[in-house]
Amino acid sequence: MQVYLPVAEVSVNAFLILGLGGLVGVLSGMFGVGGGFLATPMLFFIGIPPAVAVATQANQIVASSVSGLLAHFRRKTVDFKMGSVLLVGGLIGSAAGIFVFNYMKSLGQVDLLVQLSYVVFLGIVGALMFVESLVAIRRSRSQAARKPRERRHKSWIYTMPFKVRFRTSGLYISAIPPLLVGGMVGVLSAIMGVGGGFVMVPAMIYLLHMPTKVVVGTSLFQIVFVAAFTTMLHATTNYTVDAVLALLLLIGGVIGAQFGTQIGLRLKAEQLRILLASLVLAVCGKLALDLLLKPAELYSLNPVLN
Amino acid sequence: MRALVLILSLLAWPAMAEDVVLGLSSDKVSITTSFNGSQILIFGAVKRETAIIEDPPLEVVLTVAGPSEPVMVRRKARRAGIWVNSDAVEVDRAPSFYAVASSGPLREVLSATENLRHDITIDRAIRSVGAPAGITDAPNFTTALVRIRTNAGLYQRLEGAVAIDEHTLFRSSISMPANLTEGSYVTRIFLTRSGEVVSQYETLIEVRKVGLERWLFNLSRDRAMIYGLMSLAVAVAAGWGASAAFSLLRR
Repeated sequence: MQVYLPVAEVSVNAFLILGLGGLVGVLSGMFGVGGGFLATPMLFFIGIPPAVAVATQANQIVASSVSGLLAHFRRKTVDFKMGSVLLVGGLIGSAAGIFVFNYMKSLGQVDLLVQLSYVVFLGIVGALMFVESLVAIRRSRSQAARKPRERRHKSWIYTMPFKVRFRTSGLYISAIPPLLVGGMVGVLSAIMGVGGGFVMVPAMIYLLHMPTKVVVGTSLFQIVFVAAFTTMLHATTNYTVDAVLALLLLIGGVIGAQFGTQIGLRLKAEQLRILLASLVLAVCGKLALDLLLKPAELYSLNPVLN
Repeated sequence: MRALVLILSLLAWPAMAEDVVLGLSSDKVSITTSFNGSQILIFGAVKRETAIIEDPPLEVVLTVAGPSEPVMVRRKARRAGIWVNSDAVEVDRAPSFYAVASSGPLREVLSATENLRHDITIDRAIRSVGAPAGITDAPNFTTALVRIRTNAGLYQRLEGAVAIDEHTLFRSSISMPANLTEGSYVTRIFLTRSGEVVSQYETLIEVRKVGLERWLFNLSRDRAMIYGLMSLAVAVAAGWGASAAFSLLRR
């Protein structure tokens, strides 16, 4: 069944988009990530113009994050104070990201910017996760009794000024690192059309030392607002949010997430992480090849704006 | 108007007064939610006051052109090991869609002079004035534009796709792809004999988004703020709905 997308101005197979939404939903259910990092490149591949894919994906992230946030809200695993600080950083970052996005668009380098961001971030996160879960698997196999690692010297984060007490997270740290993390995620959200959970969650655990149980809920809290803000910016400055595309992705995503959760319950945490890491690296590798190999068509067409 | 054209053509070619009477299977293309390209049947007859001249035979060339817009053509080059856009040439005017159909091989049914005069083939429909300094091979960019749009089915050269019966009736069908740009599509029909245009006729096919497509598109442009808020409301409602529905299911 073909559906004509009013803003993207292309006709796509509705079931293909539903299936893509579903696949992303399965991933988000299995791994607790938004799946934007996978969905946005897939949308490029289907032939959705990159600008529309990025903007629409931001809208779709709002939906999936609201759904997840509500679940965490009921379990009281959201640190609103930390979330708000991350959010302030995120909004600033998102505005800066849109500015960079539009500037690169005027230079004709927006595709390169998006692709390079993907390759760099997916590469780093995928490699770190892969190594970490390999180590975890080996450790559980060797069964060696290990002493819990002692916490090292308080990191540089504790020496910075503007300290704030985050009760839910049980932290007393400077507000600057969360602001920076939030800002970085905001930039990513605007440029890559992703929620940024795949960057923020590790940063919260390893950089801010937040307790794991509040990490996902707090990250979702921040993502909902940053993605909503990004959607509005794209909708009002670039007119690139496609409501029909978003709706199709959303329906698929909601159903897929339920299956994903079921699959996720049957796998071990290390296996899950290594699967996710392989997936992230595969997407990264595909995008890197596109940049490194000589493309079949050297020329591309862009509308002239003004 | 048609009468005027007829009179003018009678005056101009008293010996070969032939005029086109045209029919279209549809003079508008509506882009609906389920739009998946369109097939337009263009048919007509040659009206004449005198006897049919069989030699040289009557040939028909027709063109359908979408709205013209400037296009930025960029070329990738290898920089620091990766392929990035480097050179760019702005093509001043290029039709978003262009089909030229003829009753025989174009070079036989249309002389080069007539092509220049009436801008019939695809390369004549594209205007490219000058390239930025430093780019010496500007024609390559225009060629690339034609190649990319031909591969996408947006530019079509359909030689022999017009059928003519009894030197009088002609018909052809043009298929338009799904990714059409809105606007007025200028449809021209040329009657030729031994390469010379003896009569021509012009009409418009309107391509418009309708219904929901129209509404959403207008909203996204004219009331971007409301459109954005609406998209967000749908997203939040769907997220909340999914969460509520599945927590009910789990119970």
